[in-house]
Amino acid sequence: MTPISQAMADSATMLRRNLRHALRYPSLSVSSIITPILFLLLFVGVFGKALGKGVGGVDYIDYVTPGIILMAVASGCMSPSVAVAVDMTEGVIARFRTMPIARSSLLTGHVVGSMMQTLISLVLSVLAAVAMGYRPDAGLGGWLGAAGLMVLLTFALTWFAVALGLLAKGPEGASNSPLLIQFLPFLGSAIVPPDSMPAGVRWFAEYQPFTPMIEALRKLLMGQPAGHDAAVSVAWCVGVAVVGYLWSKRLFNRDPSR
Amino acid sequence: MTTKPVQTAIEVVGLRKAFGDKVVLDGLDFEVPRGTVFSLLGPNGAGKTTAVQILSTLIGADGGEARVAGRDVARDPDGVRRAIGVTGQYSAVDGLLTGRENLILMADLYRLGRAEGRRRADALLERFDLVEAAGKLASTYSGGMRRKLDIAMTLVAEPQIIFLDEPTTGLDPRSRRAMWEMVRSLVAGGVTIFLTTQYLDEADRLADRIGVLNGGRLVAEGTSEQLKRMVPGGHVVLRLAGPDGLDAAARVLPASARDDEALTLQVPSDGGVRSLRALLGRLEDEAIEVEEFSVHTPDLDDVFLALTGDTAGDAGDQQDDERKAASR
Ligand SMILES: Nc1ncnc2c1ncn2[C@@H]1O[C@H](COP(=O)(O)OP(=O)(O)OP(=O)(O)O)[C@@H](O)[C@H]1O
Ligand SMILES: [Mg+2]
Repeated sequence: MTPISQAMADSATMLRRNLRHALRYPSLSVSSIITPILFLLLFVGVFGKALGKGVGGVDYIDYVTPGIILMAVASGCMSPSVAVAVDMTEGVIARFRTMPIARSSLLTGHVVGSMMQTLISLVLSVLAAVAMGYRPDAGLGGWLGAAGLMVLLTFALTWFAVALGLLAKGPEGASNSPLLIQFLPFLGSAIVPPDSMPAGVRWFAEYQPFTPMIEALRKLLMGQPAGHDAAVSVAWCVGVAVVGYLWSKRLFNRDPSR
Repeated sequence: MTTKPVQTAIEVVGLRKAFGDKVVLDGLDFEVPRGTVFSLLGPNGAGKTTAVQILSTLIGADGGEARVAGRDVARDPDGVRRAIGVTGQYSAVDGLLTGRENLILMADLYRLGRAEGRRRADALLERFDLVEAAGKLASTYSGGMRRKLDIAMTLVAEPQIIFLDEPTTGLDPRSRRAMWEMVRSLVAGGVTIFLTTQYLDEADRLADRIGVLNGGRLVAEGTSEQLKRMVPGGHVVLRLAGPDGLDAAARVLPASARDDEALTLQVPSDGGVRSLRALLGRLEDEAIEVEEFSVHTPDLDDVFLALTGDTAGDAGDQQDDERKAASR
């Protein structure tokens, strides 16, 4: 077997292990899947009337849905932090470390399993939005672009979350650090346009990575060209993915006696 | 397993390891020939687990060299990993999987194939008396059951060299005997076993060679007979035919202690063949009739206590033990 096919086979085995864990203790997965739908109900159904006045011209649900989708990704991606931190406390990890398996397969298994959960929650959010009256104008190209961008973002954030989970001293610590990332979309253009925010926050909102992503997603789903925003988003995703992957690998390969 | 057999299964030269400024292993040297059992003894906190962890590539050493199955643990850890199986001191089973799923997980990671993996898993469940519990989550197992599952997981890939860190701690007498049988049959099949234990009779029964670790070094190494001869307390008991014989023998062997009622004489001896021959030769020369003759060597407990008496149980070690007991 080549190292690559060995790594794939080991990752698939680890993925099966993680999915089994998730099915046995579904609480974490269920909450991360339904949170975005609750957000949608809250922002459209409850706050929608008031918030809709600030977005100028468009239906509020058309404005906010891409934001909610992004929040679904951001919050879903953080569950691997806790999952990895909990897993690291399991004795079986020491056994894996003395076995002739691809070292990264344990992490890859977590990443793929968590991406599946996040993408399910994302699809459910879109369906819920459509049921509530969301009518995107995108053609096939727009949908594919949007889907590609979301998969890339999910991949990047998941690796980053895995690194945070490995860095944390334990499951409690791991549940704190991702909070910041989950909060970031609020300080972008997810819920209301940044123009309406105080100056300092507006400056932050304009330059933080989630804003171009929300904008790119919004444009793609409205069937508009998203060139610049999409390019900036892809660059961010690739950067975060590379950092997250290398950092995770390095943290996992640390001598466990330290 | 594909690793080519070498005659020395484990070879350790000058192995060193410190945690912070606490030196745990301070120049460890030993060799374990293929197909034998080596047992590492030592008081709590002596560094047995640390040695197992270094040799099984879990943690790195600070100095020295270690080769396992002919591969250097630092330079070729994957080569070592292909040849070994490890049952550590602390449970290494996946609590969220059933016993059977744990074994199949191992089979999958060793790429044994679906049918073969299942076959071995079921055979091991049978062998370790876990058939009834096979479908239950490992987190619901008793300590001894988890221990057995842990060892079964180590055997899935049929490794050539097996590390067992206190394998029978927490096992009932029947399971312990079953474990000994298993170790013997593995060794008969050419497997090398590196074993740590707190039960000295276990080392005595199983080990071809024993190393006693204390203060970061092997303070003694050899067969259990050799170790027993290192400590004082060994003696020979002679039973004489009658009171006259006892008197005569006591005259020939002035350093002895006599028991007039039992007609026995206890003579200090290291138990070695040469000194025994000399002793019997002296009695022969005086034509003294010996009815019964027995050699008493000290047991491993005596050896252990004598060799590790000076540094064991200092305050630091005691604290460590409390920490470890709490995390168990
Ligand atoms: N990760 C670690 N960090 C700091 N110190 C450690 C670490 N692991 C072990 N030690 C220390 O190293 C020493 C040796 O520990 P080790 O677990 O190897 O002992 P042991 O001989 O296996 O003891 P026991 O019989 O209690 O299992 C102890 O003093 C312990 O506190
Ligand atoms: Mg130990």
